[in-house]
Amino acid sequence: MATTNSPIVPTLQSNVPRPQGIAALRGRIGQRFDRRLQIGVLLLISFIMLAPFVWVLATSLRTPAQSFSLPPQWIPVNPDFSNYQQVFVKIPFWNQFLNSAIITLSIVLGQLFTAALAGYAFAHLKFPGKNLLFYLVLATLMIPLQATIIPVFMLISQFKLNDTLFSLILPALPTAFGTFLLRQYFMQIPKEYEESAMIDGANQWQIFFRIYFPLVTPGLAILSVLAFNAYWNEFFRPLIFMSTKAHFPIPLGLFDLQGYMGTGSISVVLAGIVLSMIPVLIVYIFGQRYLIEGLMAGGLKG
Amino acid sequence: MASATHLSATPAPLGPLALLREGTIAGIARRRALLGYLFLIPTIFGILTFTAGPVLVSLGLSFFKWDVFSSPVFTGLDNYQRFLHDQQALTSFGNTLKFVVMAVTVQICLALFLALSIQRITNRLLRYYFRTAFFLPILMSGASVSITIAYLFNKDFGVVNYYLSFLHIARIPWLTSSSWALITIVIAAVWHNVGFTLILFIGGLAGISQEVLEAADLDGARGWQRLRWVTLPLLSPTIFFAAVTGVIGALQVFDEPYVMTRGGPGDASRSAVMVVYQSAFQQQELGYGSTVVVILFILIMLVTLIQFVGSRRWVFYQ
Repeated sequence: MATTNSPIVPTLQSNVPRPQGIAALRGRIGQRFDRRLQIGVLLLISFIMLAPFVWVLATSLRTPAQSFSLPPQWIPVNPDFSNYQQVFVKIPFWNQFLNSAIITLSIVLGQLFTAALAGYAFAHLKFPGKNLLFYLVLATLMIPLQATIIPVFMLISQFKLNDTLFSLILPALPTAFGTFLLRQYFMQIPKEYEESAMIDGANQWQIFFRIYFPLVTPGLAILSVLAFNAYWNEFFRPLIFMSTKAHFPIPLGLFDLQGYMGTGSISVVLAGIVLSMIPVLIVYIFGQRYLIEGLMAGGLKG
Repeated sequence: MASATHLSATPAPLGPLALLREGTIAGIARRRALLGYLFLIPTIFGILTFTAGPVLVSLGLSFFKWDVFSSPVFTGLDNYQRFLHDQQALTSFGNTLKFVVMAVTVQICLALFLALSIQRITNRLLRYYFRTAFFLPILMSGASVSITIAYLFNKDFGVVNYYLSFLHIARIPWLTSSSWALITIVIAAVWHNVGFTLILFIGGLAGISQEVLEAADLDGARGWQRLRWVTLPLLSPTIFFAAVTGVIGALQVFDEPYVMTRGGPGDASRSAVMVVYQSAFQQQELGYGSTVVVILFILIMLVTLIQFVGSRRWVFYQ
């Protein structure tokens, strides 16, 4: 295919029939209508996708007695913020919020640490068995969480770490996914950086931490956003390891709250859901550029 | 190791530390290797302790009967035989497979349709809006999604049935009927996850070169033909990736059925992982729970293998 520097403009070949005159006009209007219709359908679907959020927000501002009454109020007329207070009263929500925060932040920072070290090692360091070790690590990606949960539970119980935040944090510190991800990013950095740093007398740790680590920021950002989202919203492991309400992270706490609220005053539960989404939203807003770019690029590699 | 090339003038003393001595090439190589292992210790140790090791332990446990309080009793293949006659477990696995087929198919088709439509939009603001709107549900936890969808689809007070009544459709027992329960869970799962697949497809579509598409146009391919013969084949690696990861994830579904229906009514919406959970942590049968997990794991690997083998027929790599 000949490449030129001119902008790619489709040049018309004469053997492609083109409608003339009024038919052409109708064709173009038809195209515009077609496009408007498509946008309309997309908008409709997007409204349906967003509807649950709007409903959650709006209903969380209704009084508990009204929360289930129909027709649903999409725009809150008399916003009632007492539900948000009630969340803190009915369950130890503040504790749970802190638990979620501590667990998630520890895991994210821990994963950044372990994955960066391992990813760098697999990308740039030489040691016997490197390839074999990497494929073994990769293979563990296929292992479902549930296949490990019973023995891990036994292990945690042995060390009497049941019902503590450690039981959720420690097993999540190593990450095959993060290692793989960061290795790819580290591999894109040319060796020249290392060579010139060594000439300047830097030791291995400094080469890693001062030079390579800052250069993989997009990878670190993607890992952070994905890990934050995954562990802030985790439900299965906390269900298994935690037994005291005050030790629950938020998803488990909300589930518990819903349990004895029944269909009586769901607005309190919904207020809790709104509150639980705020940190994730903030992290997403800051990291979305990296995340979206990363996900979009990832789709290309077969 | 005296054959190491010495860069320093003084002869190196013998002994293990000589291997690490500064200045020798062998020394540098060894220090490098040590550094490599050092950097890997947290990850490798962690993976051995929390992933690889436990899988082997689970496999071993599946041949035992153990209820935590007494000591484990070796029972050979008894647990596996029990599984084959365990109606609840078999139904749950069946439900899980049905769920996988429904959820992954709907999710991929929907994401594909949305991605193709969004790609044609030129307005940047509009594209940003759509990308964000469809991605937002991913930020919610599975538990929150389940709680919300359960409320919305409540038979008597739910918003969905309320609006359906305007279309003269009778109230559907979304979560209380064994025919509808699984479908409602599929709806929840698709709503929750379609954004991820959508972004993947948008990226995949962006990777298709404009020139190829225009060449198709010039050859007279109409929109639908171009889609079928050019766009989709070029997108097939991405679709394959979405399908494989989607299936693996869907086979492990737990949060949605557990929170929305607890597996009910009866066992109509019970998933495979729910059986694992209740055996191991509610019925205190760690051995049998491990057996079910091993069977699930084998199922996951089998299905993935089938997908890879099948991919030769429809995935097109450039």
